[in-house]
Amino acid sequence: MNAQRINGALRPVPPLAVYLLGLVPLGLLVVQVFTGGLGVDPVKVIERQLGEVALQLIVAGLCITPLRWLTGVNLIRFRRAVGLLAFFYVALHLLTWLLLDLQLRWGEIGADLTKRPYIIVGMVGFALLLPLAITSNNLSIRRMGAAGWQRLHQLTYLAAIAGAVHYVMLVKTWAAEPLLYLGLVVALLAWRAARSLRRAGLRSA
Amino acid sequence: SIGAGKSALSTDETPNTLEEISSYNNFYEFGLDKADPARYADALTVDPWAIEIGGLVDKPGSYDLADILTGVTLEERIYRFRCVEAWSMVIPWVGFELATLLNRVGVQPGAKFVAFETLVRPEEMPGIGAGYLDWPYREGLRLDEAMNPLTILATGLYDEPMPKQNGAPMRLVVPWKYGFKSIKSIVKISLVEEMPQTTWNMLQPREYGFYSNVNPTVDHPRWSQASERRIGGGFFAPRVDTQMFNGYGEQVASLYAGQDLAQDF
Repeated sequence: MNAQRINGALRPVPPLAVYLLGLVPLGLLVVQVFTGGLGVDPVKVIERQLGEVALQLIVAGLCITPLRWLTGVNLIRFRRAVGLLAFFYVALHLLTWLLLDLQLRWGEIGADLTKRPYIIVGMVGFALLLPLAITSNNLSIRRMGAAGWQRLHQLTYLAAIAGAVHYVMLVKTWAAEPLLYLGLVVALLAWRAARSLRRAGLRSA
Repeated sequence: SIGAGKSALSTDETPNTLEEISSYNNFYEFGLDKADPARYADALTVDPWAIEIGGLVDKPGSYDLADILTGVTLEERIYRFRCVEAWSMVIPWVGFELATLLNRVGVQPGAKFVAFETLVRPEEMPGIGAGYLDWPYREGLRLDEAMNPLTILATGLYDEPMPKQNGAPMRLVVPWKYGFKSIKSIVKISLVEEMPQTTWNMLQPREYGFYSNVNPTVDHPRWSQASERRIGGGFFAPRVDTQMFNGYGEQVASLYAGQDLAQDF
């Protein structure tokens, strides 16, 4: 009953509101660049913050379906906005690395992309998100058909794992935060897997 | 002001500001974030401070810091400082040569290495309880590295006493090695025969060797060491090429004659 009230209250909220809300972390970063609030190594902070926001959005996107199973609250209408925002932050994170951190030293960038496992894993995550971002529009759904589109968008699961593993691998010691993200992603995916297995079981019974 | 004299071993590069040097630190005893040491190190009691010197020395014992400092001449050493994470600074340390202290306590012939330990005081160091590393933080040098004139025990920077987050009251500075070798807030120095265990090597032996000399041709397994970001340029901090031995090859390359530095990384 509460879920219905929440769903009703959300009905007039346009997805645009989610996009605007999603730009707040970026706005805060930009303000801090100009006020010096990022400390003495702003590039590392920007790089890290953009990556972390992307990971938070990916986890948020993965929560939308389980939230509906659990509570009946339906946020599916906002999922595209959450996904595209996640891609936007991943792309900015990658650009920060290329432009501000490595400063287009292509030799080193090339070596990193072939030799450093955490960078390779991060790049794979970005590559997986690319087709999802390109097809995140109604036209693509119509052209691909709902089933095919949905199958393609299951790449989100792999991208989420890649993002979380990328974070765990780049930290020098076992820290709580990256492990928390990886734990959340794994739990959210395991939940889906368990549910679809159970359903398959029910069907065959 | 300490009034430390100048040294010919100083670089003429422009030092980073005190603000930069004292707000961006890796000192995991206070937390993982680089701002954590500046945030929490205030609680650290640095006076009184004693350093236990032992092992293969003629005069072992617990030395009061004040006693160690009487009889040494403090000088300013402006050194490049290169972190293994591929960022760097230029830091005007105040200190004295480690060799002075070692000669004073008398190194016995069997000694081949020097082992150092950092203070472990959980009630003043909030990172200790979090267990990020196997405390105490441990570091070590080969005796010839320890005796090199570039190797100093630093008690200050910018001609003032060492900020606590930078390793007060006394820390090691070895400018041709990655920053983690320059152990902070030292409470124990031992002269030993065998290569001592060192903290990062214990955690990830594949990634951190005992020597840990700055070397642009030997990459860390997870990132390149070919270049570094020089802290201080803000948003557009320039990336510069990393120099062999952090630019101190003239003074230290001979220490490693005949060694394969890709093996002994």
